[in-house]
Amino acid sequence: MAQIVIVSRKCTGCGDCVKRCSFDALHMEGGQPRIDAGCVACGACIRACAAQAIIRLETKGKQVDKTKWTGLLVYAEQHGGKLHPVSLELIGKAISLSQGTSHVVKTVLLGDDIDACAQELCHYGVHEVYAYDSPALSFFRADAFAACVEDAIRQMKPSVVLVGATTQGRSLAPRLATRFHTGLTADCTSLSLRENSDLVQIRPAFGGNIMAQIITPDTRPQFATVRYKVMDAPARSVQATGAVVRRTLPKAVALSPITHVSTTPLPKAANISEADILVVGGRGLQKESDLKMVEELASLLGGEWAASRPLVEKGWCTNQRQIGLSGRTVRPKLIITCGVSGAIQFAASMNQSEHIIAINKDPEAPIFKVAHIGIVGDLYEIVPGLIAKLKAHKEADAG
Amino acid sequence: MRIFVCIKQVPATNKVAVDEKTGVLLRNGVASKMNPYDLYALEIALRLRINPGDTVTVGTMGPPQAQAIVREAYRMGADDGYVFSDRRLGGADVLATSYTLAQAIRSIGDFDMILCGKQTTDGDTAQVGPAIAETLGIPHAAWVSRLSVRDDGLDVVQQLQDNVEVAHMPFPCLVTVEQDICTPRLPSLKTGLAVADKPIHIIGLDDFLDTDAEHYGLAGSATQVERIFAPENDAPRECWQGTDSLERLYTHLHQRKFI
Repeated sequence: MAQIVIVSRKCTGCGDCVKRCSFDALHMEGGQPRIDAGCVACGACIRACAAQAIIRLETKGKQVDKTKWTGLLVYAEQHGGKLHPVSLELIGKAISLSQGTSHVVKTVLLGDDIDACAQELCHYGVHEVYAYDSPALSFFRADAFAACVEDAIRQMKPSVVLVGATTQGRSLAPRLATRFHTGLTADCTSLSLRENSDLVQIRPAFGGNIMAQIITPDTRPQFATVRYKVMDAPARSVQATGAVVRRTLPKAVALSPITHVSTTPLPKAANISEADILVVGGRGLQKESDLKMVEELASLLGGEWAASRPLVEKGWCTNQRQIGLSGRTVRPKLIITCGVSGAIQFAASMNQSEHIIAINKDPEAPIFKVAHIGIVGDLYEIVPGLIAKLKAHKEADAG
Repeated sequence: MRIFVCIKQVPATNKVAVDEKTGVLLRNGVASKMNPYDLYALEIALRLRINPGDTVTVGTMGPPQAQAIVREAYRMGADDGYVFSDRRLGGADVLATSYTLAQAIRSIGDFDMILCGKQTTDGDTAQVGPAIAETLGIPHAAWVSRLSVRDDGLDVVQQLQDNVEVAHMPFPCLVTVEQDICTPRLPSLKTGLAVADKPIHIIGLDDFLDTDAEHYGLAGSATQVERIFAPENDAPRECWQGTDSLERLYTHLHQRKFI
């Protein structure tokens, strides 16, 4: 790991490094900068220093032999024998990362009665599917699941482990990464592989105001989570290309102190990640009842409605309908945002949408930077107007 | 029952400006607050404090200024509060942060239950809670939307994909809670006066069981931030400003076959 050090005898005390620091980790003290606990060694100050008085000290830790860890492992998530689509998207990404390298793509699948699911995975270009199939895995327990994936990792020694950033994945991955004493980067939006097998991970940081490029330089495996609908699933091949390896359960599964009490299916709720058309309400809505208008427009267009974070914080709706880093990522065919300013943590979670129409009063709103069509105007005129036109259109059709 | 609640000080607003040329965050005097999701964890802890001898302890890793949120927790009714503050703890990633918190919790004492908010509003990773549980070697459940004490353990309700799952975990265990689990109380003025001088413990690396600085902060982190940059922004492809926007929008949706 690295540490930033200021060489006092070279420092001119100009203060440029203090201004350049994004982490507020540098302060002038007695005419010289002082680094405090906020420093993440990003190196911005090094580039800012004209006197070349700032250096990065590499503290050489115990570096792992990277050649002993090869391949990419995807944690495949299934529910009731149905694969979570994020698993296929991760396989797609892993395959594209592996192209032109010696890495192969493998998956690990856990659950009860999952043979069909494991066979299905073999049609997506994976080399092997490690299957842990047991009634003991019929419900998710982070400790028991972590024991199985740990077993798979010890067998395969993959360089990279990709996990879907689902409720399950985000509970499982931190346990595993900690167990292997290695790095985990959450919610990556872009991944690439270096020749030395370092995974270059890009994710929104600081509430999404900036992007951070992160590596795990000294340890293996490198864990990353990716949200649903960020990567592309590969095409299914008719011929199975991989093989299923059935593994016996590690002993730790039986030792889990967590016991199952009950399972109740949730009433089929609207899933904004699955919708083709979304209408989104934002801070520009003045009162809770105005959400009705957003709902009505969504329903007239045959889509779902969603909200940005301020509305969830006001308690107008639950985060089930929230788009953003603390909500969901969406990628619909059409998205219409109404009074959403488009802070980057929102934009980062919807900017892959095929067609983006933004309505906002403020011509400077950041949402206009991601919109294909930006409408500078009052949502209280445009939305009711559009609703009236759509209704008239429907009636004309019916008539 | 002894309960520990992990809290964190975060910027009060996420509307932080970024210099688009340099990618530098412009955060001149941004105010701080307690991570809003931690309030739910603290509220649940206070509600579970029923029997004589039950205690709620809060702790945060951060600079000395983080005392402000411990004071806030006191005003809500917490019994004891810690700030884990040390220059050598800085720059920590998930691995080093969870290791620090686990060490700090261990050095304070034994707890039956550790509660965390589901995530922070600045990091947004939701990873530190489960990682603390792993370091301490105790079971955890994440995104818990309801919980109750039963048989020397907890019944936890989690919404996982299409199901509501109820599971039982014995103490000691760690839980991260959803925001709809309860409505946090407001800090009380009366309690505020009573706890205005209540001491806040500030401890550092030398107070931990493991005092090897290599395991903490930047040195103990497995990940490394190589660079930070402003998100790419595409220019708007079209911008409509006139009074005919509604008409154009309707026609546009029609042409694109959305209507």
